[in-house]
Amino acid sequence: MSDASATPLPAAAPWVPPAPGAASAPPRPPVWLKALPFIGPIVLFVVWDAAVRFGLIKPILLPPPLDTLGALVRGLWGGTLLRDFAVTVWRTLEAFAIAAAIGVPLGVLLGSSERAYRSVEFLIDFFRSTPSSALIPLFLMIFGTSDVNKVAIAAFGALLIVVFNSAYGVMNARKQRVMAARVMGASRWRIFKDVLVWESLPSTFVGLRSAVSMALVIVIVAEMFIGSDVGLGHRIIDSQQVMNVREMYAAILAAGALGYALNILFLLFERRIVHWSGR
Amino acid sequence: MNAHLDAVVNGPVFADVPAPAFRPGPAGTHITIRGLTKYFAGWPLYENFDLDIPKHRIVSVFGPNGCGKSTLINMIAGLTPINAGQILFDGKTLKDTKVGYVFQNYREALFPWMRTIDNIAYPLLLEGRSKAEVDRRMAELVASFDVKFDLKRYPYELSGGQQQTASIMRALAPRPEVLFLDEPFSALDFEMTLFIREKLQEVFMQTGTTMLLVSHDLEEAVYLADEVLLLTKRPTRVAEILRYDEARPRTVQTLSDPGFVATRQRSLEIFQREVRR
Repeated sequence: MSDASATPLPAAAPWVPPAPGAASAPPRPPVWLKALPFIGPIVLFVVWDAAVRFGLIKPILLPPPLDTLGALVRGLWGGTLLRDFAVTVWRTLEAFAIAAAIGVPLGVLLGSSERAYRSVEFLIDFFRSTPSSALIPLFLMIFGTSDVNKVAIAAFGALLIVVFNSAYGVMNARKQRVMAARVMGASRWRIFKDVLVWESLPSTFVGLRSAVSMALVIVIVAEMFIGSDVGLGHRIIDSQQVMNVREMYAAILAAGALGYALNILFLLFERRIVHWSGR
Repeated sequence: MNAHLDAVVNGPVFADVPAPAFRPGPAGTHITIRGLTKYFAGWPLYENFDLDIPKHRIVSVFGPNGCGKSTLINMIAGLTPINAGQILFDGKTLKDTKVGYVFQNYREALFPWMRTIDNIAYPLLLEGRSKAEVDRRMAELVASFDVKFDLKRYPYELSGGQQQTASIMRALAPRPEVLFLDEPFSALDFEMTLFIREKLQEVFMQTGTTMLLVSHDLEEAVYLADEVLLLTKRPTRVAEILRYDEARPRTVQTLSDPGFVATRQRSLEIFQREVRR
């Protein structure tokens, strides 16, 4: 079938019978292709190491990569970094949960009535475009320097992203699926719950994934600038103040790893739940 | 503020025109369309359009591009609002009538978040049928469609023909009085077209469901039809209704049968006359 025609023919070589054993195996991509994703990090590591080793950057500004990774591993393996890491994860997830619990139903409701959405569209777009960190002083006045403040402002920033994406998911629902449900005699409520909510899910998940990243960003910023005695942001700024760069870079890497892991986690959820997306 | 008072005092005056008396169609009529008017971008697409669609028959709708073939069945099926007129099914309104609809674009007709079998059962669930009733009906449908593929799969895991088969099964599940088919074959390959055409004919012979088929393929339109409804260019009127009484089941031989050839030829002539007009 198509497999046979897809196999490239050797240019000039005469035909030879295929080697026994290899005959029926489909052509496999070479193993080194699998190593491609590792090339970037390795190059970064080597350049970093060389820069420090040859004195291009003073070790007081940039510690050697191995030391940094060591600090990261030691810190997370029962060290003090672990506590800061856990607190930041917890705050991010709290903020995200609040944003999702309010944002998804609100977005779906707004999206299902285009007039309702149009009437608040400007507000959503305006505050979505306002950097949430600009609102930190405002939130300070409302919530003080409490822990609630950091979660509240992160939830606020994440909420607008969720509302926007859920609403557009509903508004861009395939009209024909709605028509199909209607011609089968589905009531408005059934169309909403059996079609519109599902149609909005792919877009909602894009929103949720962006929202968790946004929540992490704002939590870290808030930990830096709103009085805090624990959290990755607090640790980064504190280590910087005392020029403990090794700790600082370890905390930065931990924050990066956290963001990356959250993104991957949400992608996995998304593939699981919105299995039809893009097909 | 006298402006709004003036508006009332000098308000427009309407003559009290009595609604025209309802004229029922001839015996055996299923769907009566009276005074149907539909404007499209400010221009009349249908104006005072009357039509009788017979019961237990397949009617193929054929006409020039843009004459509103799909719009016509969408208006009858209640998917497109009408500006004026009345459409009755055996004297009932659409609300009291069970209809099935098969879309051309099967990809956006089935619900990809449900397994295929749940898609087909969905209209039965809407009717509030019990699990036992649903299971029984599903077994009937699977048997009558001779389904060879796995209905537990999701629609996007099936081929186009299989998805369209599933759409037709879904449309037929609640035993509709009327089945609307909007170019159901035009997104399918030849093999699947033949298969589904035969299935539709079988279903029709078993159930006698009134069917309205929009087709852009004249051969297909005549092959399945008891009546070929030929439309004019817009503003759309009925150009002619051709009867085609060949006995069923019709087969590949039917395609070279003199009666078939003559009907197709006649349809083509009317079509060309209308396109040139």
